[in-house]
Amino acid sequence: MSRPLTSATADAHGGTAAPTAATAVGHEAGGDAVLRVTDLTVDFPTDDGVVHAVRGVSYALSPREVLGIVGESGSGKSVTSLAIIGLLPKTARITGSVRFRGEELIGLPDKDMRKVRGEQIAMIFQDPMTSLNPVYPIGWQIAEGIRAHHRDVSRAAARDRAVDLLALVGIPHPKERAANYPHEFSGGMRQRVVIALAMANDPDVIIADEPTTALDVTVQAQILETLQKAQQETSAAIVLITHDLGVVAGVADRVLVMYAGKPVELGSVDDVYYRPRMPYSIGLLGSLPRLDAVDQDRLTPIAGAPPSLINLPPGCPFSPRCPLRQGVCDDEEPALRQTDGQAHYAACHFSHTLESEDGVPEGLFSATSADFSGPIAIMPTTGAAAPTEGPQS
Amino acid sequence: MLAFVVRRLIVSVPVLILSSILVFALVAFSGDPLGDLKAKNPPPSPAVIHAREHLLNLDKPIVTRYGIWLGNLVRGDMGRTIAGTDVRSDLARRLLVTARMVILAMIFAIILAVIVGVISAVRQYTALDYTFTFAGFLFLSMPVFWLGALLKEILAIKFNDAVGRTVVYTVGDSTPGLTGGFFGNLGNYAAHLVLPTITLAAISFASWSRFQRSSMLDVLNSDYVRLARAKGLSKSRVMVRHALRTALIPLVTVVAIDFGAILGGAVITERVFAWHGMGELLITGITSKDTNVVLAWLMVSAVAVIGFNLIADVLYAYLDPRIRHG
Amino acid sequence: MASGPTTGTSTTGGPDLVETPGGAQPGPKPAGVVEREFTVAVRSQRQMILRRFLNHRLAVASLIIFIALLMGSLIGGRLWHYGFADRTGDYSQPPSLKHPMGTDDIGHDVMALVFRGAQKSVQIALLVALLSTTIGTLVGAVAGFYRGRADALLMRFVDLVLTVPSLAILAVLASVVGSKAGGWFFVAIVLAGITWAPISRVVRGVFLSLREKEYVEAARALGANDRRIIFRHLLPNALGAIIVNATIVVAVAILTETALSYLGVGVQRPDTSLGLLISDGQGAAQTRPWLFYFPGLVIILIALTVNFIGDGLRDAFDPTQTRVRA
Repeated sequence: MSRPLTSATADAHGGTAAPTAATAVGHEAGGDAVLRVTDLTVDFPTDDGVVHAVRGVSYALSPREVLGIVGESGSGKSVTSLAIIGLLPKTARITGSVRFRGEELIGLPDKDMRKVRGEQIAMIFQDPMTSLNPVYPIGWQIAEGIRAHHRDVSRAAARDRAVDLLALVGIPHPKERAANYPHEFSGGMRQRVVIALAMANDPDVIIADEPTTALDVTVQAQILETLQKAQQETSAAIVLITHDLGVVAGVADRVLVMYAGKPVELGSVDDVYYRPRMPYSIGLLGSLPRLDAVDQDRLTPIAGAPPSLINLPPGCPFSPRCPLRQGVCDDEEPALRQTDGQAHYAACHFSHTLESEDGVPEGLFSATSADFSGPIAIMPTTGAAAPTEGPQS
Repeated sequence: MLAFVVRRLIVSVPVLILSSILVFALVAFSGDPLGDLKAKNPPPSPAVIHAREHLLNLDKPIVTRYGIWLGNLVRGDMGRTIAGTDVRSDLARRLLVTARMVILAMIFAIILAVIVGVISAVRQYTALDYTFTFAGFLFLSMPVFWLGALLKEILAIKFNDAVGRTVVYTVGDSTPGLTGGFFGNLGNYAAHLVLPTITLAAISFASWSRFQRSSMLDVLNSDYVRLARAKGLSKSRVMVRHALRTALIPLVTVVAIDFGAILGGAVITERVFAWHGMGELLITGITSKDTNVVLAWLMVSAVAVIGFNLIADVLYAYLDPRIRHG
Repeated sequence: MASGPTTGTSTTGGPDLVETPGGAQPGPKPAGVVEREFTVAVRSQRQMILRRFLNHRLAVASLIIFIALLMGSLIGGRLWHYGFADRTGDYSQPPSLKHPMGTDDIGHDVMALVFRGAQKSVQIALLVALLSTTIGTLVGAVAGFYRGRADALLMRFVDLVLTVPSLAILAVLASVVGSKAGGWFFVAIVLAGITWAPISRVVRGVFLSLREKEYVEAARALGANDRRIIFRHLLPNALGAIIVNATIVVAVAILTETALSYLGVGVQRPDTSLGLLISDGQGAAQTRPWLFYFPGLVIILIALTVNFIGDGLRDAFDPTQTRVRA
């Protein structure tokens, strides 16, 4: 298996003063990481060329930790999670390592992988409207998940446990509702059912892939609450994938920012929110309405679109959109390196210049460049715009 | 559900009447049904012709003739052929012959289409998938009668020659002059059925297997199949209980829609293999401009199509809870 | 596995990717020049469809063969040194240099007959495709756009057309018109009278879903009238479905026309068609196989290439089905 050229740049920096992501993350989480992803890459061959969807992702997940993974669609966050539980299409080419409690999952035969899925690592997908099989009652579907791993549990016992789980995630009249079909539930209720399914076998890790994206804003908070409840019940660590920094702020312990298939910043929620060291993170925060920034009168979107992952030019993939861009950015892709904090990493040639700034640099993404790109909505945030999904909620 | 069935049956009555008016008018205007009689040499006396016209009501206006036909139909009488015989006389036998072939061909085509479609979807973009795809397109592009003739004239006759006796029959629905009951003759029927069934099944199989493939692919790429895998279910359980179970539902509708086309295919297949079924009745009716015969075929076929679609809808509601409750 | 970078014309990507512009690759420019980078060369929809179609090798090959067949069938008969009605004096000759497809028992050159038959088939098929696509699109557009009573009425009519086994109607109608002068023209009109129905359903479906889209409401808010919305906003988006269905109609029309001729109710002697030729050649499949094979192979080749072209167009118009190289 040959590694794509682009991910080799990470190694090229291995010799410099700051440790690269793979080694650094390993140190920081110690030996007790429940899930350890190292240098994961995923390529898809297509008619148009090879899509480098994930280009070297590394992180370690401690028990009971909530790790938020943030990025735009196409940044590789969902593909990463599917690679972890081995549900990518057969055409995907995967390299790197995923260890669950020390056991390597990449290359594990499906028969063994099956025991990990649902039992040790559970998944919650984005769209609750399509996540449940329309032709089976929801109670049946939960019981099926239980019996997949516990053949000794009788059908009746599995059904009873399913009803208990439905009660736990807040489905009213769980006993009666267990016999209902998915189309008889609202989106929020269906996502609760999916969460109940994820809890069914007391997993150690729950990967929630955009669990609130498809839902109404008012329901999102309830689902996050339910997710937290699920964590309390199962003591699982959670990987919370989202493009919504607001969702992460309230729930996560650490944040991993991804761009173009690679992590570009990793740190505690406070580090990333108050001391971002990568222009992309700063841009993401700038496009988030804030209540504490009284003098910020406009949201500043990042102009442009993420690059195609088929034919990435050398250099930093963010450079075409980056206000700090200089010559070196087009020649060399920066590695994820330790920055000001102990456990704070950023992939930017100029993270040191950002270190001098305290707080989020204002005006890095100028209003002019924002005005220039039409389709992105620009809304004033003075006073009236109290966002329900903001970081404070 | 009962109300639904009753409502559907009531709605289909005007469809039957409209289509019968349409066909009645078409056939009635298509020419003089007594043309052959009049062209006889020596010409029959005017009295003979008048008597025949009177017997067939040809001396009455077309609207009256339709009214008479409809009135008779309600009483279970399908009128007389131009030759003067009762249309109903051998309808039952012909119906049985055709139904035997159609039902068998459909079962055969459905089973084969599901197997091939599912394999194609699961092994997408493999050599097997490409082979099935090409074979599907080939059958789809092949005239029924050409395939039938090919099987009959080339394969079956060579096969029979090679074996040294007639294993599969190439002409007729059964050997004439058979004695013994239905069950005693099963073997003979079966040997006659092989080729027409394959011929009739091939075309439907082609389009249904393509459909089943894409329906299965849709389901395999669906979120709920992914979640079922994420639950830790075995691959085979996900395939059968989640993917196949759901992917079969839309096929029900497609089979029902295609049923009329299969009846059309049966007409051609009967012609190729010289069966004395409903198809032969239709062709004779059309060429002799015999309204009552054509309408008999139409009524039987239309009732079959409507009945079959009704069954399909009930089955669909049974298979898909979203319909059942909605 | 070719994993090397392609030229800078990347467009669609993997499952997770939205369409990304191809021209956004930065050159070595001084920092600060931001605007220039985002003047993205978005390739037009038409170019993308064309490129996807050209990637479908089988479809492109089929298109070339089909055009060759088309030219051959439309002008080949005129260039060939035998006419379809000529008696050559060579009886029942196997294929030779003089008669590449042999001759029949009364001395017709089979190649000339096949040219004539293919010409009829292709003329009918193209005319049917044109007529039924126009009618189907109009009916579907009106039903889908205006909904309400117009929709209900039109769709009940479509139901009627689809319920009655179409072969019966076609056979009756074709028997009326087929024997007249210019019979093929009427056969085409009769075929179009049936085949427009499925197209109207497809177009109606597309219109029903598109008319709720925001951009249509925006156009309406800007004061666009119905005609402008239909022709500028809805029809172009339904074009893919319409074109794909038109190819299906071409294949169906060719096969149905030959079937009707085979049954003796389509194109009538002394003219000829591929269906008639097969009907004649069927009995000779053992002794003079060239009479049976050549007309059949030509039909299959025409229908097969049309079906493959349709498949290629479907893939080209439907970017959700990005083909992944296995």
